[in-house]
Amino acid sequence: MTQLRTPVGPEDHAQGNTTAGCTLVEYGDYECPHCGRAYPIVKRVQEHFGDKLLFVYRNFPLMRSHPNAEPAAETAEFAATQGKFWEMHDLLFEKQDRLGRRLYEELAGEIGIDPVALGDALDGGRFTDRVRADFTGGVRSGVNGTPTFFINGQRHDGPFDYPALVGAINAALANV
Amino acid sequence: MSDILPAGTPAPDFTLPVTPDQKLSLKDLRGRPVVLAFYPADWSPVCGDQMGLYNEVLSEFQKYGAELVGISVDGPWCHDAFAQARGFHFPLLADFEPKGKVAREYGVYREGDGISERALFVIDKDGKIAWSYRSPIAINPGADGILDALEKLPK
Repeated sequence: MTQLRTPVGPEDHAQGNTTAGCTLVEYGDYECPHCGRAYPIVKRVQEHFGDKLLFVYRNFPLMRSHPNAEPAAETAEFAATQGKFWEMHDLLFEKQDRLGRRLYEELAGEIGIDPVALGDALDGGRFTDRVRADFTGGVRSGVNGTPTFFINGQRHDGPFDYPALVGAINAALANV
Repeated sequence: MSDILPAGTPAPDFTLPVTPDQKLSLKDLRGRPVVLAFYPADWSPVCGDQMGLYNEVLSEFQKYGAELVGISVDGPWCHDAFAQARGFHFPLLADFEPKGKVAREYGVYREGDGISERALFVIDKDGKIAWSYRSPIAINPGADGILDALEKLPK
């Protein structure tokens, strides 16, 4: 049973009920097509469980395979400081075929955050440490690819299609 | 059912092709920890598959001065193409001829399928197995077990 080593905390990007019976953590990579596929599935899962679920997203960019994954992650982290993490997270997955500096600045404009400040933050590597910390925490927790899901702190080793995730979350809720 | 060599066993030495015209022996790596990752086959079609993952986390292994080596029964030209395509910065060894001989010596060969298990070994700098683990063939074991074992090695 592979366990999440870094407990969910106030620094995390979390959506849903913080006292929910089930916490779903996803380690993801904005350039990974499997994460792209998981994105709408997670939305459905969140809708299905409502306030029985807390969803947390953490970064796991596969930098050597996906050169855009790290700057995309840093873009979302910048958006977080402006209170717009989830808007940016969603847009990055929706437009993952166009990842690149021009897209990040365009999306920043779209959600009302300063594209110049974003550019400075990316150039200065302001969020590199944050993204790396997510990554190494994930490695120590047994993240084995992207996306990797943890349900109540336990790595989910099955498929991530909608019925599989719902089933696993129901099982976790039954054990609470 | 194979019997994976347990911690405490001396790691059997071997000499295998690391490129189509060079060989690598385990004893060449003596003096630093070695992570030996047996895996079934090159070219599995997912991002962040096991070898891809280890390529991403190499710097974590290097913090412990450890050398990572991947081994499968694929031939050296296959490894060459795979490593180049994926940009691997660690060697892949070809347990090709005799097929699976080294995997058998480590107790991790799947006789019916003709491939090795997904099995991990952390070998200390004196050549003794400090930790070993066999993952179910369909599950990528990740790097946490390796890093925990490296952390426990005497400095």
